[in-house]
Amino acid sequence: MNKISVIILREFTTRILKKSFIILTILMPFMMASIVAVPFILGQLEDDEESTIAVIDQTGLYGDCLKSNERYHFVYFDQLTPELRSDTSEITVVLQITDDLTRNPKAASLASTSEIQLNLTEYVENQLAEKVRHDKVAAYEIPELENILNDMEQEFTLTTLKWDNDGNESETFGDAALITGCLFTFLIYMFVMSYGGMVMQGVTEEKTNRIVEIMVSSVKPFQLMMGKIIGVALVGFVQIAIWGVMLALIFAGASFFLGADTVAEAAASQPAAGAGAMAMPEASGMAEFIAMAGSIPLLELGVMFVLMFIGGYLLYASFFAAVGASVNAQEDSAQFTMPVVLIMVFGMYAAMGSAGNTDGPLAFWSSMFPLTSPIVMMVRIPFGVPLWQEILSLAILYGTAIGMVWIAGKIYRVGILMYGKKPSFKEMVKWLRYK
Amino acid sequence: MEYILTTDKVCKRFDKHTALDQVSISVGSGRIFGLLGPNGAGKTTLIRIINRITAPDSGEVIFDGHPLTQEDVANIGYLPEERGLYKKMKVGEQAIYLAQLKGMSARDARKSLTEWFEKFDIMPWWNKKLEELSKGMQQKVQFIITILHEPKLMIFDEPFSGFDPVNAELLKTEILRLRDAGHTIIYSTHNMASVEDVCDDIALINNSRLVLSGSVEEVKRQFADGRYEVHAVTHEEQARSLAESIPGATIRPILPSMNDIFLKVCSDNAKTSES
Repeated sequence: MNKISVIILREFTTRILKKSFIILTILMPFMMASIVAVPFILGQLEDDEESTIAVIDQTGLYGDCLKSNERYHFVYFDQLTPELRSDTSEITVVLQITDDLTRNPKAASLASTSEIQLNLTEYVENQLAEKVRHDKVAAYEIPELENILNDMEQEFTLTTLKWDNDGNESETFGDAALITGCLFTFLIYMFVMSYGGMVMQGVTEEKTNRIVEIMVSSVKPFQLMMGKIIGVALVGFVQIAIWGVMLALIFAGASFFLGADTVAEAAASQPAAGAGAMAMPEASGMAEFIAMAGSIPLLELGVMFVLMFIGGYLLYASFFAAVGASVNAQEDSAQFTMPVVLIMVFGMYAAMGSAGNTDGPLAFWSSMFPLTSPIVMMVRIPFGVPLWQEILSLAILYGTAIGMVWIAGKIYRVGILMYGKKPSFKEMVKWLRYK
Repeated sequence: MEYILTTDKVCKRFDKHTALDQVSISVGSGRIFGLLGPNGAGKTTLIRIINRITAPDSGEVIFDGHPLTQEDVANIGYLPEERGLYKKMKVGEQAIYLAQLKGMSARDARKSLTEWFEKFDIMPWWNKKLEELSKGMQQKVQFIITILHEPKLMIFDEPFSGFDPVNAELLKTEILRLRDAGHTIIYSTHNMASVEDVCDDIALINNSRLVLSGSVEEVKRQFADGRYEVHAVTHEEQARSLAESIPGATIRPILPSMNDIFLKVCSDNAKTSES
């Protein structure tokens, strides 16, 4: 067997058979699913609890506006009895209205022996506000005013259209595109960070326990480095594939048992589902969202994701490998990796910033700059990016990545066998020439 | 004599410190060559140059009649002084892995490893992680890994450190056997006691320079100071009367060394516990 494939196989199998890897890989999808599900389920549970509210309305104006529902049960009393003030009764909250609220907005109060739920406060406020508004409108004694006002509040949404070069028209769906883009951006960011770090850790381990001294007698340092980079990448692909399949299964299973609507609602209610979720209008249902997602260029997205992924990983992992080979201990690596990590974090912010204007100068330049392009480009693609930009960005990225691999190979070769002192530039030059 | 390896005026400088200054050595084929010297003399630097881990500033290394190239390194087995293997990896697995990197097939490696593990009586360690073994045990494993692919030239940097006398003896026997099988061995140490038992030739490096070289026999004769020792199994009185015939002679009984005692007791114990 070829030596580099022996190395790749070892890097791959030792990592994939590690207990911590197996446990994390299996648990992670459940953790992700439960992050979505648990708050939703808890929210559902809360709904079942019924509380009774005593209403003491001295004005007699608001008798009909507080309607009981399955959570809040309103009971009317004439006056405040000592019994209501104690916590022995079933009634936990007392609403007192002492004056006409249209004239005196502060005349209503909620009192309780325990803490009052925010939901209840909101509910009562809304109900009363509705009634007050109605009363005020009626006070003007203008016929049809209520209807006129309602009519003015009519909401409308703007349809955004996109014309391609042939003049064909298609609707664009900003929200779905945004979420998809953010998801892929985040995936690339996470993957490059954690697996790049893994490469660095592996290299430093080999250096500090001196195993390289016996390895370099049989393999070229470059083979050693590339074997590690490729082996770790395969681990990452396997992990992502397992997560993808498991998440799909969990989602499908949950839809089967709980009904698709509930699951969709839970997923949609989840802000963590993507940083873009905040932009998602609550009213738009999941079905509509899925329909929108259908319009995203999925094939283009998939192909670009894989290409950007490989390019970005290669660039960063080879850098991390070079750093791992240059330092004498894991702790020393921070000074080298810090600037690069900062650039990546900047890339993440640039991606978020670009999301609002995917054709703006920030989006354009940061999706060309190779250190940020894999992150930023993924946000832009769902919105449609001209082909020449994609090709240019990929060309720059791969050019830089190959250059980085080459440089890293040289640094690695010098650094991995250098102990105790920092390699001097002069020595590096000599090693570059040394065959 | 035929030389498998010679270095010609090899120099190496680090910043302001000269590690090697015009060092020329010649290692004869099929012999055990002791590379001696105090700590920090430059032994390990020279070995690293021979292994092409570092490059010399000037001078040349000739291997098997031609300037040393990267390909030649495959014919060198190197046991570094600072031992290191993958701590989390199982012993058998990593031995096979490293053998594969040296060009052996997985099957050959497994077969040959099994032989060695049985010879060293360490078969039960095959599926243990390296970090579960003691330092001496790890050394045994690494020794086997170093010689498994039967390289022409084997370099051992302080191979006996960390071994108890019984295992040191086992290792010594193996080193001598490897030489008799035609391998050349460079043995680096600052422990002179083992040198006389093992080495055929030596080179002594002090303060980065080669200060002494030749066969062990020659070197010792060179430093002879006219003292003789008479060995005889006898009783005290006869020994005394013999000593009286030489003016200025002193006499004392020869007692076994602690090393001999350790070997005798421990190997006797091993035998009784086995039977």
